[in-house]
Amino acid sequence: MTAFVLVNISLFAILGATALAITRMRALYEATMLTALFSLVTGSLFVLLDAVDVAFTEAAVGVGISTVLLLGVLSLTRSREAVTPRRRRLPAALVVLFTGGTLGYAAQDLPPFGSATTPVRDHPVTETYLYQSQQDMGIPNTVTSVLASYRGLDTLGELVVVFTAGVTVLLLLGPLTRRNRPVKRDLVLADYRVLRVVSGVLMPFILLFALYVLFHGDYGAGGGFQAGVIFASGFVLYGLVFGLDRVQQVLPQRVLWVLIPLGLLLFMGLGVATVLLGGSFLDYDTLRPDDPAAGQRLGILLVETAIGLTVATVMTSVFFSFTGRGASR
Amino acid sequence: MIGSHYVYWLTFALMMIGLYVVISHGNLIKKLIGLSLFQVAVFLFYISLGKVDGGTAPIITEGTQTYSHPLPHVLILTAIVVGVATLAVGLALVVRLFESYGSLEEDEILQRDISDRDTTDRDGVAS
Repeated sequence: MTAFVLVNISLFAILGATALAITRMRALYEATMLTALFSLVTGSLFVLLDAVDVAFTEAAVGVGISTVLLLGVLSLTRSREAVTPRRRRLPAALVVLFTGGTLGYAAQDLPPFGSATTPVRDHPVTETYLYQSQQDMGIPNTVTSVLASYRGLDTLGELVVVFTAGVTVLLLLGPLTRRNRPVKRDLVLADYRVLRVVSGVLMPFILLFALYVLFHGDYGAGGGFQAGVIFASGFVLYGLVFGLDRVQQVLPQRVLWVLIPLGLLLFMGLGVATVLLGGSFLDYDTLRPDDPAAGQRLGILLVETAIGLTVATVMTSVFFSFTGRGASR
Repeated sequence: MIGSHYVYWLTFALMMIGLYVVISHGNLIKKLIGLSLFQVAVFLFYISLGKVDGGTAPIITEGTQTYSHPLPHVLILTAIVVGVATLAVGLALVVRLFESYGSLEEDEILQRDISDRDTTDRDGVAS
């Protein structure tokens, strides 16, 4: 127990030091790399707090995709920050002290950390999620069953947000708003033989791993969101090394535009289908009336695939938009 | 008190560092970085509420009785992906702002807006 506390506190100390270094740093490239470190350490903390699915997502998203996006933006803009004037610091410090003080004071009312009798634990829904789910659908990973079935409507809402964000980035930076300038080929990572060979060899394994994460999410950490991000990172790696033209031969922009709404339509269509079969929205029991648990597993698999499809295509298209902007500048 | 609540206070400290970056820094990319620091601290706070002493990850196996609560995990893992999607929207806006203003500093962009408005006002009076 004490070892647990010690490890927790040292990881938090690393996080705090990283965050303070980020605030003081005026070079934004370095700040971006430290943000990736911050995400990685947070991932370890998530594992300590038993949230393996979350740790997986944070590692894939925080260290992979968001770092690539930040670096892409820095290459399009300026990577040095102006000095923060003193007149901006004092009000910010006052607001932060006041808010932090209020939060710290209010935290006294929270249940003790790790207690087994918190409102979160005592709610009857805990019993349903942890034990009833084994009869309802027989999937060991309860995070997957809650995500895709018990709170499927929530997840549909989140997927709509991801879809909307993807469309917004396309509208802001996509080919429709592109300014025509001669394409300059200055950065060719494919000239480095090691990078070229290694990324070529890695590519199929990354995609295979994404499929494994997608279909194995019922039994271990993983699922549609993680698989989508990993799938996208395969294309991001390929695009970084071989350039946008090559990766768009494999995955043309028009195909992406068809695939982005397809996942969302599959999710919603499944909901409508369950209503037509006589159940409520996203009630997968009706898919197999003779064997509700099998129906639930089928529904969860379809929903995870839909999530993976939309997340992967949105992330890839966002990356294409940012790098395409760079190529046309 | 300290022994049982330290995780919450540490996450609050991280949140406040993020909030300070968002308020005090004028650079728009730095603001977005601060926002994601804040966001990650909120995620940690949420996850810490679901942790149970002696529990394991909520993947049902034989021989284990205590599991941490899966609901915070579900909420946060979707929130992380939504977070990167919204970060992408913010960064796209930053790129467009840089293309039309040639700057990423909040003060300079506001200054440009004010001086632009002044010149158009004067032109309006002159004509």
